[in-house]
Amino acid sequence: MTPGSLSRNPSVLIFLATLALFTLAVTFLSEAAGAGLISTSFVKTLGKTLCLCLIALAMDLIWGFAGILSLGHFAFFALGGYMIGMWLMYARTEVIVVEALAGAGLPPTPQEIRDGIASQIFGVVGGSDLPAIWAFAGSLPAQLALVVLVPGTLALVFGWLAFRSRVTGVYLSILTQAMTLALALYLFQNDSGLRGNNGLSGLQNIPGAEAVGQDWLSVWFFWASAAALGLGYALAAWVVSGKFGSVIRAIRDDEARVRFLGYPVEVYKLTVFTLTAVITAIAGALYYPQAGIINPAEMAPIASIYLAVWVAIGGRGRLYGAVIGAVFVSLLSSWFTGGRAPDLNLGFYTVKWVDWWQIVLGLSFVLVTLYAPRGIGGLFDLIAGLRAPDRRGAALGPGDGALREQEAKE
Amino acid sequence: MSALLEVSGISVTFDGFRAINNLSFEIGPAELRAVIGPNGAGKTTFMDIVTGKTRPDSGKVLFGERSVNLLGMTEAQIARAGVGRKFQRPTVFEDQSVAENLMMALKADRGPFAVLRWRPRPEHHARVAELASEVGLADHLPRKAGELSHGQKQWLEIGMLLAQEPRLLLVDEPAAGMTLAEREHTTRLLVDLAKTRAVVVVEHDMDFVRRLACKVTVLHEGAVLAEGSLDHVTRNPAVIEVYLGRG
Ligand SMILES: Nc1ncnc2c1ncn2[C@@H]1O[C@H](COP(=O)(O)OP(=O)(O)OP(=O)(O)O)[C@@H](O)[C@H]1O
Ligand SMILES: [Mg+2]
Repeated sequence: MTPGSLSRNPSVLIFLATLALFTLAVTFLSEAAGAGLISTSFVKTLGKTLCLCLIALAMDLIWGFAGILSLGHFAFFALGGYMIGMWLMYARTEVIVVEALAGAGLPPTPQEIRDGIASQIFGVVGGSDLPAIWAFAGSLPAQLALVVLVPGTLALVFGWLAFRSRVTGVYLSILTQAMTLALALYLFQNDSGLRGNNGLSGLQNIPGAEAVGQDWLSVWFFWASAAALGLGYALAAWVVSGKFGSVIRAIRDDEARVRFLGYPVEVYKLTVFTLTAVITAIAGALYYPQAGIINPAEMAPIASIYLAVWVAIGGRGRLYGAVIGAVFVSLLSSWFTGGRAPDLNLGFYTVKWVDWWQIVLGLSFVLVTLYAPRGIGGLFDLIAGLRAPDRRGAALGPGDGALREQEAKE
Repeated sequence: MSALLEVSGISVTFDGFRAINNLSFEIGPAELRAVIGPNGAGKTTFMDIVTGKTRPDSGKVLFGERSVNLLGMTEAQIARAGVGRKFQRPTVFEDQSVAENLMMALKADRGPFAVLRWRPRPEHHARVAELASEVGLADHLPRKAGELSHGQKQWLEIGMLLAQEPRLLLVDEPAAGMTLAEREHTTRLLVDLAKTRAVVVVEHDMDFVRRLACKVTVLHEGAVLAEGSLDHVTRNPAVIEVYLGRG
């Protein structure tokens, strides 16, 4: 990142400073390092929220900037989680198996250890062999590489097929959703090699760090998530700052015209799709150790729709909007659904937020799309005195993802 | 002088309707050509074929010294090979500034990784400013293209076309929605451009075509009806019947 692009994007510095302050504050208020005002479980919630901010950022790149409403990014998120989860589960089970076998006179052979691990992990689905996809599960570097490679390759292959045949708009969204659903259904099977609907569990226990308590582990992961979000933000801001950003916004608004300028539109879409899939996978790999468990239900269609709602409510096409949307909606959502929100007594009816929250969220999504398409980010434009250009209701291009009149800034 | 673009025997059928019927066309490397014809004659479809938007059912489109066949190429490849196009309706990127629009069109490597690393240098800014003043938008560089008037958008699109430095320019009704002064400016620009490259102009306005003072090709029902100077073709009885006689 050059100094020039930083001065043109003051939001990057503001964002990074805010993130750093927030990270420090949470650290000093946590149980591990300070006052203990923030419980370990809430530190985990905050850490997970930062990961959700990162996937929202990726969603803004692909949807807000490139105009592709992907409903498939939770598949990449979960795959990232599965890849790191395999190592976490394998390595931890290995410790347990080795301990158990140490009691028997002879030292165990590597084969005995492998068999022991396999039956420990796959006992729940009635298996005792380690599936082939677990071949590298014993190696942290290998699984870390797979966190990037598996979702990246899936995005590359899927994107290549979809973009090459020029599927766009709502059909593309449906296609990405179908991919996610197919993957979820496959993983639900017991013989998929990833423990079916049991998923992977115990991921909060980090092998080799048994001596470290959850209080510190939660802070470590919080830091890692904050670092990933900061880097991701800087990267995304750099990507959209120059001519590349111009080209993908142009693709969003009128992709046919971009072709006649000589840009290979499909290659650009594929690049952004794969890049965002990789960012998303890294977010997933940080999220699930904090959540402790991952199963195929994480890829449910609703998750991808939530993602689109965060970005829309935050305001698309402005990066920080996506982050604000993710923080705002996911924290509010966990407050309402966690039973902490007091019931609202209307006299004739008591509103229980656990039941009503989804409806409120859906309604606010509709209202925001209709009346405030610039979302929460639009408030910043009000402060900065930016108005939407008057285009008499016309969108900014014929593309399906084209920015609408009220979303634009003058 | 060999031709820069050589179109031979192309035909296109839309749902049984023959929009282009065994059309052949040729233009030299530094030539101005006007294409006229009644509504629905196939002028825009002809441009669609040359630029790769529409695939013909048969025929050949050869381009450049090495006579590469454009039919096997994508729109983007054809554009990179040196064919630029201005659309009938002005199409610019409305959410971006005039400068960004021009910067995107500047001739440079179009690959995503090259573009990611690309940062404008002083000479690029200078070139953009030069192009903007050439099309009368020097004072509008930071403005969003969406705020420009119809005529200004036409100009911006012409500016983008110039920035691409194409060897062949296809211009679809450039003067539509322009004032008289703007039309004159456009004429001068097109005549000037045709000194160094091939320019094909589609236009309905006869006065405009007359001012271009170039060879004219008359299209009718997807085929060439007549070719020659404007006076020559307007004396042609077939042309008078299908085109002038009607209006
Ligand atoms: N994609 C398409 N599908 C079906 N028919 C088409 C398509 N494109 C063009 N046509 C038809 O082909 C014929 C030629 O159209 P074209 O747009 O090339 O005419 P034109 O000479 O540019 O006319 P104008 O002067 O009105 O711009 C018209 O009858 C049109 O309806
Ligand atoms: Mg036309």
